[in-house]
Amino acid sequence: MKLKLRIWRQSDADAKGRMVAYELDDVSEDASFLEMLDVLNERLIAEGGDPVAFDHDCREGICGSCSLVIDGQPHGPQGATTTCQLHMRKFKDGDSIDVEPWRAGAFPVIKDLVVDRSAFDRIIQAGGYISAPTGTAPDAHAAPIPKEDADAAFSAAACIGCGACVAACPNGSGMLFMAAKVAHLGLVPQGQPERRTRVLGMVAAHDEAGFGGCTNTGECAAACPKEIGLDVIGRLNRDFRKAAVRAA
Amino acid sequence: MSTELQSRTAAPSAKRPPKPVGPWRSNIGLKIAMAVSGVLMVLFIIAHMAGNLHVFEGREEMNAYAAGLRSFGEPLLPHESLLWVLRIGLVASIAVHLWTGIVLSVRSHHARPVKYAHRQQAKGESPNAYLTMRLGGIVIILFVVWHLLDLTWRTVNPVKDVHDAYGAVVATFDPSRWPVTVFYLLALVALGFHLRHGVWSAVQTIAGPGTKWRKRTQATALAVAVVIVVGFAIVPLSVTFGLVE
Repeated sequence: MKLKLRIWRQSDADAKGRMVAYELDDVSEDASFLEMLDVLNERLIAEGGDPVAFDHDCREGICGSCSLVIDGQPHGPQGATTTCQLHMRKFKDGDSIDVEPWRAGAFPVIKDLVVDRSAFDRIIQAGGYISAPTGTAPDAHAAPIPKEDADAAFSAAACIGCGACVAACPNGSGMLFMAAKVAHLGLVPQGQPERRTRVLGMVAAHDEAGFGGCTNTGECAAACPKEIGLDVIGRLNRDFRKAAVRAA
Repeated sequence: MSTELQSRTAAPSAKRPPKPVGPWRSNIGLKIAMAVSGVLMVLFIIAHMAGNLHVFEGREEMNAYAAGLRSFGEPLLPHESLLWVLRIGLVASIAVHLWTGIVLSVRSHHARPVKYAHRQQAKGESPNAYLTMRLGGIVIILFVVWHLLDLTWRTVNPVKDVHDAYGAVVATFDPSRWPVTVFYLLALVALGFHLRHGVWSAVQTIAGPGTKWRKRTQATALAVAVVIVVGFAIVPLSVTFGLVE
């Protein structure tokens, strides 16, 4: 299949970027989106040009490295799918495809389509963990957890921290990411001792990184490759309110 | 060896709003203040709408209701006690709602300094809510200013006697003043969209329901918006079409 691509090219963090057009012939519809970019890059290298920089790692949809806003949609047009799992058969011969990086002040572009997502690391450092004693691990069934809570915690823990929620949000908010972590740890007994300090710390780190607030518009949940829902944001709001009232 | 995570680049130093101090100045803290002030105003609006319907009982009943609001609680309470409580509460709610709205909008603006080249249609649960809330909010605040000049202070209303609420309503929605009625109805539509999202969004922010209750809240918000729009629109339309004279 033939494709017309428009890709965001930016040589470094301080450079001014722009959309650059490329044409590709003979794209296999069995190729993944990233393999299609690999083909383009091989051609660019052969021509002596600068290949398009993009993030990727496992290419199995679980590492959270790949990003790319494809035709205005984080991870592209297919629901519940990361860019690496998106295949070219979702597109038609002759399609024009726009490829842009995650757009957020808190995610500055490093080069081309690669953004610095370390703001998420700072949010995790501010409370997205549990403190556990070292030594022999306790028996897994020593702390009983209701099935419903375990399932909800597991769903929230499916967050791969890719940042599609931020990319999709009209406010550039990281609420869904933060809420997934707060829900995942807050639903299990191991997360209880730090529940209040966690939510206050993470919210402060989130705002300090320059992420926007939540309008409850739901674009994040629609874009999430792991289908994390707005219920985790409700839980975050609830935990935050309780913690803030007690801290006041 | 340090176990501290090092970022590949320094934290963004681009122009950013000042650091929030304390949890209540955080995005969620401000949003809770916005939600509470919004809920208070919705309660007022429902009472206001119910009061408006006295217009269908005729001039005397409507004006007696208006006078009753002024003399509520007398002689135990001073004259206009209820009105002053409402006025102070409303001014405070509007101030909080506006201030948090402006601060959060500015923060959002800074959070996405470079816009997308390819704009995609919204597909969230409340698509384009940020537009109906922010642009709709501007329409509503302009309407509130007009409404105060028209039916409260009577600056632009032909009926200057503040005790003749009925006469003022009939005069302002006279067919010859049709642009007033059109603006009133347009502002109502803006309010309807604002509440359709705002009511459930406030509940999501304050109470944080699970999925089942969020869906119920969304349905309730739609119902509240429809009731309020219809309840308010029926008065000017009745005057314009001669059902109330």
